[in-house]
Parts: sequence; structure tokens; C-alpha cells
Amino acid sequence: MTAGVEAVSVTARDITGDELQGPAAPPMVNGELLFEHPWQSRTFGMARVLCEADVFSWDEFRAGLIGTIRAWEDDHSDQAYAYWDLFLATLTRLLAQQQVCPEPELQARQTLLANRPHGHDH
Amino acid sequence: MSTDHTHHHLPPQALRAEALESLLLEKGLLDAGAVDSVIIRYTERVGPMNGAKIVARAWCDPAFKQWLLADGSAAIGEFNLEGGQVEKLVVVENTAAIHNVVVCTLCSCYPWAVLGLPPTWYKDPAYRSRIVREPRTVLAEMGLALAPEVHIKVWDSSAELRYMVLPQQPAETLGLPEAELAARISRDAMIGVAL
Repeated sequence: MTAGVEAVSVTARDITGDELQGPAAPPMVNGELLFEHPWQSRTFGMARVLCEADVFSWDEFRAGLIGTIRAWEDDHSDQAYAYWDLFLATLTRLLAQQQVCPEPELQARQTLLANRPHGHDH
Repeated sequence: MSTDHTHHHLPPQALRAEALESLLLEKGLLDAGAVDSVIIRYTERVGPMNGAKIVARAWCDPAFKQWLLADGSAAIGEFNLEGGQVEKLVVVENTAAIHNVVVCTLCSCYPWAVLGLPPTWYKDPAYRSRIVREPRTVLAEMGLALAPEVHIKVWDSSAELRYMVLPQQPAETLGLPEAELAARISRDAMIGVAL
């Protein structure tokens, strides 16, 4: 079983540290990290919290995600696939459609954050 | 967290996610800390060790195994799992003649409560399409070479149905205590891409 996990890790793109492998591996991790960058886990967390608060149902989110993935596959299937980019795109589109967070407002905030003075980003 | 130099190198997605979170906080749609709690829940408490405990129980308790295969959702009730996405869990058993493997061809449906969040390759278009067309080849590429006489069944997850594989118990582990067995069961074995 362990051999299988190691073999799979070869094909996985996630970063795996030696300390996370083998019988002593934390079972939660089980050979692979789930998020490569903090923004990915925060995006997942936001989607779950909004779903638990009934801003949208998980089925609605899932249907949106299927649509985003399908559109990507139709348009760019020769490019590298970035699941969390599509996940974030689904979330922002859903919130814009619901007028919870219109795209121009999000764009404006993103620009504001990008232009933060040095040392004031956190 | 970031130094003076780093934020100008943040990828646009990171800025976009941060912008979204700050707006949702201001609008009162997110509580401070709620996102952190969810991340901790899914990275620390919801994970494949839940599925491993269920498999170990099935290996040790034939009556439980029968129940698990007949009605997965009901059988895992006593484990009080959080994480969701298992309203209808179907557990499929590997035998000497049949090997099962799970996919979601449309997106990334996966039984979070028993296996945690799906690994990256599970969400990859290559796995999602190829495992259906050429399962034997894909499994071999992932390190699992099955004998030609073993029949491979591919199960496509959906919003309604989530699958978990019940791996065959290795003969050398017969008689081991349940907790020890659980520690030996990998997430990938329960997806069906390892033994």
C-alpha cells in the first residue's frame, strides 16, 4: 500500500516532503499536500463558509464549477490545468451573478491591494 | 507574513482571493476566523484516516462489512464523521477477480467525510478522462500493474453518489488489531489507484 502511494506521488504535481511520507506520515496528508498556496485554501474556505451560510448551495457551486471546467477544456485544453484558478473563477462569478460582490467592485479592490505601499500589505 | 518585497510578486489569483475575502468580511458575509476554521477542519480533522478506520473495521468485522457494502451511508453513521459530501456513499469491494477505481469525470466529486479533500491528480483532466478510456494503462502508470485477468470497474462519482473502494486485506495483515490495520491503509487504495 505504501508503495502505491509513493508511485502515485511521482505523477502528482503537489509538493511532497520526505518527512511527510512513509508509515509515520500524518494520515490527513497521506502522501500529498492538498493546497500548494495559501490563497487556494482560503478560496476553498470562503466557498465552504458561504455555502454553510446558505449564500449558495454546494450543488449550485458544483454546477458552476463543472461549467467552468468544461469551458476551460473547450478553450484551452492544450494549456496547463490549474484547478484552483477555475475554482476561484467559479466563486467570483457566482457571487457577481448574485450581486453579492459585483466584478467591478472586486477589480477595484484587487487593484487597491496590488498598489499597496511596501510594508502595508498585512 | 509577507516582507516588503513579496507582495508585488503575489500571483493575481492570490490578490483576487484576498480582495474577495476582504470585501466579504466588510459585507458581513464572512466572520473573521470562519475561513481559518474551515481550513483547519478539512486539513486536520477530515481526512483519509476516517476512511481507513472504516476499512479496518470491515476487515475485522464481517457483519459490519456486509452492512457497509449494502448501505454505506448507514453503516458509517456510528463514526460521526463531519465533512459532508457523503449523503449517499457506495462502497465497492475489491476481490481477486475485480478491481474498482473511482473518478469524477465532470469535476471533482469525492467523499470528503471519509477521504478528506481530493488529491490534485484526481481533479486533473488527464486522470478524469483517461481512467475511463484506458484504466489498466493509467493504473500501471500510477504504479499499480494489475494482472490481465483482473476485471477493472470504473465508478463515476456524481452529486448524488460518492464511491469508496474497500481494498482487499493483504494476507500478511490477517489478525492484526484494527488500529494497526487502519494505519496501513492508504487514501489511494480507497480511491482504487493503489492496493
